[in-house]
Amino acid sequence: MKRTTMWTAVSAAGLALALAPALAQESPFAKYQQMTAEGSPVELFELVGEELWTKPQGPKNVSLEKCDLGMGPGVLKGAYAAMPRYFKDTDRVEDLETRLLHCMTTLQGRSPEEATQRLFGNADKPSEMEYLSAYIAGHSRGMDVSPGMSHPKEKASFELGKKLFFHRAGAWDFSCASCHGEQHKRIRMSALPVLSDPKQAGPIVATWPAYRVSNSQFKTMQWRINDCYRQMRMPEPKFASEATVAMNMYLTVTGRGFPYSGPGTKR
Amino acid sequence: MAGPMKMRATLGSGYTDVRVLMSHPMATEQQTKGKPHFIQNVTVKVNGKTVIEGEISQAVSRNPVFSFRLKGGAKGDKIQVSWLDNKGETNQTETAVA
Repeated sequence: MKRTTMWTAVSAAGLALALAPALAQESPFAKYQQMTAEGSPVELFELVGEELWTKPQGPKNVSLEKCDLGMGPGVLKGAYAAMPRYFKDTDRVEDLETRLLHCMTTLQGRSPEEATQRLFGNADKPSEMEYLSAYIAGHSRGMDVSPGMSHPKEKASFELGKKLFFHRAGAWDFSCASCHGEQHKRIRMSALPVLSDPKQAGPIVATWPAYRVSNSQFKTMQWRINDCYRQMRMPEPKFASEATVAMNMYLTVTGRGFPYSGPGTKR
Repeated sequence: MAGPMKMRATLGSGYTDVRVLMSHPMATEQQTKGKPHFIQNVTVKVNGKTVIEGEISQAVSRNPVFSFRLKGGAKGDKIQVSWLDNKGETNQTETAVA
């Protein structure tokens, strides 16, 4: 009796495969990514981010609603898709988190020490930057990723990022390109995209920041860069530094042109 | 304090698709060394009438997302989803079918 049941199950599975050749050809990783995207709780992070954006904080007790993300004070639509970019008031290139830090210290009057106390959160308590990134990035859905590329400082930032991407250093003599410079590499289930290739960098920059299913955490681009340096056993890069922004600039410019579809979902 | 919930209810031809997101740690017995914290009951009401009374377990992930299809429905119908966890905490959200 048991044997009969088993054979039925096997033939049913065989039939299902035969009926869905497209599915069988698709990589199991792509299927997994699609399933996690369907169950993504990213919108919950956007809701909390909205609360934080409008919540008065700091010594000046004001919200971030007047923060200029490049499209004018308080304009969120398309702001993330146009970053990193040059900002005249600070005379430097900034990515989203760098700009948020600027608004926290100027508009809200918070000290850089206080505002950077807890940059990367965990599953139980995500950070303010993570919530805010989710909320702001969500306002760029469907808009082409088009970072600033005209100002001399934007060009210089791209060039610096490119140098850093290929620069080997640290205890393991690694560079970003050691993992992200060759086709078909992966770490466990994570395919490693060749990030110097526009076609492969595009879908990546169009989906960060993102929710990580495996540890239920929302992760930002500054975290991604920070953690890549940790994985390469290099000294920890400073948050919102010229180097981390340049790295983000290099990746975003390389992968520009894809419609932004984040905040995404990662393994 | 319970985190936010979010829900969408969209009308199809003869059915209503509902997608609801809940913030919850959904901590298992093993993770917490015997002090689990998870949603036990999920209740779905349409215009005040209960249509689903579901029981879920620790096996469901953190920040769960549920999608389901209800028979029938009309624009403006009020869908209400609430949960109750093993510590007696509860939360609910309501939306009109669009």
